[in-house]
Amino acid sequence: MTNAELIVSLKQIVQPYVQDQEAFAQLSEETNFIDDLKINSANLVDIILDVEDAFDIEIEDDAMDQMLTVKAAIAIIQAKIATP
Amino acid sequence: MENRVVITGMGVAAPNGVGLTDFERAIRAGTSGIQYQEQLAAMNFSCCVGGIPPVTEALILQYLTPLQLRNFSSSGIIYGCIAGVDAWRDAGLAFADDEPDWDSGCIFGTGISGVEKMREASYLLDEGRVKRLGSTSVAQTMSSGVSAYLSGILGLGNQVTTNSAACATGTEAILMAYDRIRAGRARRMLAGSSSDHGPYLWGGFDAMKVMTFKHNNDPTAASRPMSATASGFVPGSGAGALLLESLESARERGAKIYAEVLGGSVNAGGQRNGGTMTAPNPLAVRRCLHDAIANAGIHPHEIDVINGHLTATIKDPEEVENWAAVLGRRGRDFPYIHSLKAMVGHCIGAAGSIESVAAVLGLYHDFIFPSINCEDVHPEIAAIIDKDRIPTQVLENTGTRIVAKAGFGFGDVNSCIILKKHEHD
Repeated sequence: MTNAELIVSLKQIVQPYVQDQEAFAQLSEETNFIDDLKINSANLVDIILDVEDAFDIEIEDDAMDQMLTVKAAIAIIQAKIATP
Repeated sequence: MENRVVITGMGVAAPNGVGLTDFERAIRAGTSGIQYQEQLAAMNFSCCVGGIPPVTEALILQYLTPLQLRNFSSSGIIYGCIAGVDAWRDAGLAFADDEPDWDSGCIFGTGISGVEKMREASYLLDEGRVKRLGSTSVAQTMSSGVSAYLSGILGLGNQVTTNSAACATGTEAILMAYDRIRAGRARRMLAGSSSDHGPYLWGGFDAMKVMTFKHNNDPTAASRPMSATASGFVPGSGAGALLLESLESARERGAKIYAEVLGGSVNAGGQRNGGTMTAPNPLAVRRCLHDAIANAGIHPHEIDVINGHLTATIKDPEEVENWAAVLGRRGRDFPYIHSLKAMVGHCIGAAGSIESVAAVLGLYHDFIFPSINCEDVHPEIAAIIDKDRIPTQVLENTGTRIVAKAGFGFGDVNSCIILKKHEHD
């Protein structure tokens, strides 16, 4: 799966949690979930559950801590998909 | 000089009507909100009827966002938010901007909250999948869930809390809010209570055999307070909310005033003298009613209507006798007495607030709602009071000035509030 394809999936997943629609429209790899999209930090755990369901993977606590940007999320998901 | 306290807004989500307009229409007409519940039958309940507020997804979305409603299964919080927000808007108040409203708080009670969410969580926990609880399991199951959600929606900056006194919860919340405003520690308090619906809440009562199993084929006749054929209560659910405000604040805002809270009393029977976990100590009940009247500064003869606790169990005659003894009034001299539970069932933690909304609507619009399913008055009650003191049809323009509203609960706890029609001076 290319990074561009992953971003499309990721956008669908985070959309319900986004509080800043303008930033969401401009979403790039550099986008930060909390600082840019104004997602409530409590909802990050929900996003991770949704990511796990969408890609049929499991994300450990250490990786969860790092998943604050689109770039980090893509790296974590790509690594998980690569090692089944 | 302590503040006088008035009611300037109300909201309700009851089994026979959601919103003040539908609810008022239903209680005037004597419309029952009790229905056959397939789920209870499928789960082997003895009582297969119950009351659930008719709430649609579209309506819920007017109060909570799609994000808030993700994985949401705490029905009591939904009912509480509908009633609470409605009461706030009905009082003509706006949602706070960036700065919280430091003068307004909330006491929203419940017996137990989010039982269905807790059930979901328990299964996940037992499977070792704690992470799957997500971010809202706590908010949906904490007792203070309703007050927390309401505080966020409205922007409340005064005390935000919850109370729990079993089936006396709703009336107690009103008295706690009253005390706080009276003492000058808040100008406005949103007082209410809510209860989830469904088997996971009602099951324990079914097991105790305090719910009726004799009317599964005739749901609207199932809840029969004060009737000779009363055979246990019918479970209900929902929420009621009342915006209490100092008279001074209400006048400053030019707010509509529904009624004045003259006073009241809460006490307990200590599970002595016949009182138990589930039955009231009659001496404590009488003391509570007596103290409420004294606290309100009225004479027993001034009470026009009693909005009773009256659940349709074997305790109804005892409650009527307690009222008669305290008021010193019997036969034709007894006030009108009715029970909303005949129409909505026993809404458990939400009962006191939903029934108080009904009491205040009656005062404000000058009608006495009918106590349905009481064509066959219990003989022990008929020996105490004249049968025509129990209206079975709505009574209009009776000039009602004062209503006494009581609520009693498991744990042998009692509450009574005295409400008075507001007379402009």
